[in-house]
Amino acid sequence: MEMLRFATAGSVDDGKSTLIGRLLYDTKTIFQDQLDAVERASVQMGSDYTNLALLTDGLRAEREQGITIDVAYRYFSTPKRKFIIADTPGHTQYTRNMVTGASTADLAIVLIDARKGVLEQSRRHAFLASLLRIPHLVLAVNKMDLVDYDEGRFEEVKEEFRDFAMKLDIADLTFIPVSALHGDNVVTRSDSTPWYDGPPLLHHLEEVHIASDRNLIDPRFPVQYVIRPQSDEHHDYRGYAGTIAGGVMRPGDNVVVLPSGFSSTIESIDSFDGPVEEAFAPMAVTVRLSDEIDISRGDMLCRPNNQATSSQDIDAMICWMSEKSVLAAGNRLMIKHTTRSAKVIVKHLAYQLDINSLSRIEDATELKLNEIGRVTLRSQIPLFFDEYRRNRVTGSFVLIDEASGHTVGAGMILGEAG
Amino acid sequence: MGGAKFLVIAPNCRNEWAPTVTCGRRTRRLASPLAYDLSHLRQLEAESIHIFREVAAEFEKPCLLFSGGKDSIVMLRLAEKAFWPARLPFPVMHVDTGHNFPEVLEFRDRRLAEAGARLVVASVQQAIDDGRVVEEAGPRASRNRLQTRTLLDGISEHRFDALFGGARRDEEKARAKERVFSFRDEFGQWDPKNQRPELWNLYNGRLNQDEHIRVFPISNWTELDIWHYIKAEQIEIPSVYYAHKREVFERDGMLLSTGPYISPIEGETLFVESVRYRTVGDMSCTGAIESSAETIDAVIAEVSATRITERGATRADDRVSEAAMEDRKKEGYF
Ligand SMILES: Nc1nc2c(ncn2[C@@H]2O[C@H](COP(=O)(O)OP(=O)(O)OP(=O)(O)O)[C@@H](O)[C@H]2O)c(=O)[nH]1
Ligand SMILES: [Mg+2]
Repeated sequence: MEMLRFATAGSVDDGKSTLIGRLLYDTKTIFQDQLDAVERASVQMGSDYTNLALLTDGLRAEREQGITIDVAYRYFSTPKRKFIIADTPGHTQYTRNMVTGASTADLAIVLIDARKGVLEQSRRHAFLASLLRIPHLVLAVNKMDLVDYDEGRFEEVKEEFRDFAMKLDIADLTFIPVSALHGDNVVTRSDSTPWYDGPPLLHHLEEVHIASDRNLIDPRFPVQYVIRPQSDEHHDYRGYAGTIAGGVMRPGDNVVVLPSGFSSTIESIDSFDGPVEEAFAPMAVTVRLSDEIDISRGDMLCRPNNQATSSQDIDAMICWMSEKSVLAAGNRLMIKHTTRSAKVIVKHLAYQLDINSLSRIEDATELKLNEIGRVTLRSQIPLFFDEYRRNRVTGSFVLIDEASGHTVGAGMILGEAG
Repeated sequence: MGGAKFLVIAPNCRNEWAPTVTCGRRTRRLASPLAYDLSHLRQLEAESIHIFREVAAEFEKPCLLFSGGKDSIVMLRLAEKAFWPARLPFPVMHVDTGHNFPEVLEFRDRRLAEAGARLVVASVQQAIDDGRVVEEAGPRASRNRLQTRTLLDGISEHRFDALFGGARRDEEKARAKERVFSFRDEFGQWDPKNQRPELWNLYNGRLNQDEHIRVFPISNWTELDIWHYIKAEQIEIPSVYYAHKREVFERDGMLLSTGPYISPIEGETLFVESVRYRTVGDMSCTGAIESSAETIDAVIAEVSATRITERGATRADDRVSEAAMEDRKKEGYF
């Protein structure tokens, strides 16, 4: 069965968790004991109705404050697809948790409260979704019950968002009027919105075309682990284990090893289940080569005529995620990129992006928590990468603060710094 | 190993609509993207294998927690796949409450021998004998909470820095919030309000002195995924997972098996029922469910139709309070 990963996004209280609760409830995914527990908790919190948001807001602190703090992952399937949901927090303080949930998504649902329209946080999340290159975006105009299911209001919000979205790189944008609380247009079409002729949300999630979102063109194999069995039976075995990051690889293919530049041929692609004839993303396999060359974790196999860029200097968009420190030129950090880790220096902060206008703040000197900007990094060793827009695996990285060990930045590569 | 029979590869290269690439002088037609689809089970499997390898590459002393339950059995298979044809590059630890199903202990020893894995036992009985923990008293006594101390002692004794656990996010609402790489401070505590961002498939494993991580490679699997995988892979599991006749009594809406560790108190009567276990844990607090599912297909049909979560149906330890799991996890529980 095909699998779709999607994430919710949008401003605080716009109804993300309620929408997920409604989706789970109306697809009969909720177990009786979970529902009983949520009903008990709703009564205890003095709510007039069963608060479906409690299905994902499971932490003590979240229930005390009535907000989502960290991503909740939920699962359900229909006869058509299996879904992995990341319900993310809308609160600005927890933007990094939204980014965590959205980074692996195929689709993002940005919710907007029909009464409030497009808020700064809606824009921030829509922008992050486009920056992360989530291929499909749904704008769910929620709480339609509170605006009398008014078509005019829906159109206004739609126009307002469309104006903003024009400046973003969004390949596929769909608008749906919903009420998460009452279930309108979530799983079934609503009688209250006769003027809306699109599909309900679930139908869209089941049908949106995702098969072509992967890179099957550029063969990339970051070596993750070298397998050398210490047994007599496999005495001379030397296999390179890893997850295919792009393209299709087959036995007999010529490959070049980065950084050494040596070339060889794929002898076989092995797995516990036997030889593999074709390997493609995201398969986890073990590659053996015809020649004995020195290869270790962090190296990359490519095709001689289709190689990743190898460079110590990269330009990237950064989303800064630390409240304790700022990103500024001169900072020294650790980078984790594919299976490579290295030290990096921030050479230059080109600009910060203003989330509201998407204009560049050219004289910015630092990025603070949740700010986004373009930087040039110099790495202590070469990195093997592609533009993030071409490959989400070889184009992404995280920045780590060496002293605290914390993940402080998320990066999307624009290219080699020139 | 028996052929690539479960890999979904359909080399359907004759599709006219397929994209083409030009490499030098040669133009080659690529198979349609649809032909390069992995089923959701194979995607989950690949993600798990990736996580196992990442930890083996980056940590000094990882260890796989193994209870003999279905999730840890699947974990063991995934670990074997990750490093084949080499053996597991880490030992296996069983936090043993002493209240085991005999079938499960027998299974554990046989399966680990077959995998060539080294077993480390962290014994709750030993912790009681040493006075590190105190046994609960009364007919409802359970060793569940005592596992936390025993586990943390085992971790520091062996200086493990990464522990693979078989928890799934669909099990419980606190688990639904937990990262794949989940940090534990020097007291073994989880801080749910301060988790590290975790993006793409990039896992940050940097630790400070005396910290460790718990790693959950099957975070994204559901109970049903586990069963479908057991079927697809023809994985052997302990017999208590299939329907069998057993002498049980009812307590708090659960069927408990009578034996040396737990027996009925006044008002509870023994009877024989056809049952099976949905989870396998400490015998004194793991409930059986009424079932006639004797085969894997029957179990899958039953799990697909059930209206109660596996923990709700079978774990007395989770019924204590709404936040029982979160609280135990904060203390360092699995
Ligand atoms: N009337 C109405 N109320 C709604 C609707 N959807 C959500 N709500 C209410 O809006 C409030 C916030 O809902 P949540 O689902 O917690 O919002 P959220 O977007 O998940 O919030 P954060 O995760 O904290 O950002 C709750 O009181 C919901 O009951 C809707 O469609 N109609
Ligand atoms: Mg929420």
